[in-house]
Amino acid sequence: MTTDRTGGRALALEMVGLKKSFGPVEVLRGISMQAAEGDVISIIGSSGSGKSTLLRCINLLEIPNAGAVSIAGELIRMTPTRHGQTPSDARQVDRLRARCGMVFQSFNLWTHMTVLENVIEAPVHVLKLPRAEAIERADALLRRVGLYDRRNYYPGHLSGGQQQRAAIARALAMEPALLLFDEPTSALDPELVGEVLQVMRGIAEEGRTMLIVTHEMAFARDVSSRVIFLHEGLIEEEGPPAQLFEAPRSERCRQFLAGGPKKRIDAVTGLGA
Amino acid sequence: MNVEVMANSVPKLLDGLALTIELVALALAIGIVIAIPIALARVSGRAWLNGPAFAYVFFFRGTPLLVQIFLIYYGLSQFETIREGPLWPILREPYWCAIIAFTLNTAAYTAEIFRGGIEGVPHGEIEAARALGMSRVLVLRRIILPRAFRLALPAYGNEIIILLKASALASTITLLDLTGVARTIIARTYMPIELFAMAGAIYLVVTFAITRAIKALEHWLSPQTRPPRPA
Repeated sequence: MTTDRTGGRALALEMVGLKKSFGPVEVLRGISMQAAEGDVISIIGSSGSGKSTLLRCINLLEIPNAGAVSIAGELIRMTPTRHGQTPSDARQVDRLRARCGMVFQSFNLWTHMTVLENVIEAPVHVLKLPRAEAIERADALLRRVGLYDRRNYYPGHLSGGQQQRAAIARALAMEPALLLFDEPTSALDPELVGEVLQVMRGIAEEGRTMLIVTHEMAFARDVSSRVIFLHEGLIEEEGPPAQLFEAPRSERCRQFLAGGPKKRIDAVTGLGA
Repeated sequence: MNVEVMANSVPKLLDGLALTIELVALALAIGIVIAIPIALARVSGRAWLNGPAFAYVFFFRGTPLLVQIFLIYYGLSQFETIREGPLWPILREPYWCAIIAFTLNTAAYTAEIFRGGIEGVPHGEIEAARALGMSRVLVLRRIILPRAFRLALPAYGNEIIILLKASALASTITLLDLTGVARTIIARTYMPIELFAMAGAIYLVVTFAITRAIKALEHWLSPQTRPPRPA
């Protein structure tokens, strides 16, 4: 049924009927989507549209109230509860999380560890990789993100862009089936955005499966194989970047693309309205 | 001031100091072991864990240490079941009663100090660990506790010093700790000023040493605050 989209490639991610509420607020109202191996999918939409929540429901940092998520063909087993559902097997969740690398807006590096220690931590303690092998892998990744000479630095001694590149290396060190980026450049000074996007572009070109929540429209248009526009907890429009950016079918998407960035700046500076 | 009495009292006072340090060190060591699970119970978010932990902390922080010492030393021996119980050889010794009282008391304060440390670990760093597939126990061991310990260290140093000085109460149940020794010499010589001055000076020196040791430990455990070193 989805061969047209995946072209016969295996699914890295599938979600069906995903719903999430925080108290009375319904943030996701039924999201179904798939990502085949090698897909680079950008998720765009205005603040509060549910983009980050969607990403966080994939690796169960938020537990969806309804709906199913499969990662690399494995369904996350859920048990129904009075108010929704809860994971049946915590170990399955841990195992599948280890297969989804996540990069956060605020980097979230462990500040009491050096860059190298950050990168080898999960490979050594979760994947049980021998330390020497983990270091070898980490060094190769740190070279790729341009931080090899900073491997013994602590996060506090790095710029935001360097910290985010280290966080990307930390995620890649698990050799994940799926990479989740939650607004990876939103907390960065403008002059540091480029170096992070460049690293992400390199990863995308490697053929890794990526889901990127972003406000960087030019980047989304450039690297994505598909773009999803989220509006009020639903997929309002989705398609190849050329189509979605050049000729959006939905009126809301058109409005967002025309006025979105400006509105955001106005909201921050209080100049709007 | 009788300098000769002061000088002559030094060897005896140092014997007392040895007992003081022994009491404090033992109480701190056992206290930390008790405090960690209590602190974890306090932050667990589960009422059946938090409730008893809160009650424990509430009682031992809310009553004077002297009262706790008396309750254990004089109070427990009122019960026949305890006098005939298997623990009596321990509970009749003032030494162990002091250790028990100090331990339970410092564990309550230490638990609260650690709770603050645990709550001070940035949520995002815990989330990042969970997102990498680290189990709850692993996150606790590798991320939360090391960070919490560093955050709690200055306050914990304070607790060590407070317990050192509070340990003078051991002398009220016949123990010859630093204060106890000073009091017995005073009873013989009627020179309270000289003896308490000497005892006070010794406490001061030890406190100073503890302060420096904690500072050094803080420095050693916080390499991230030092200038970076190249690869």
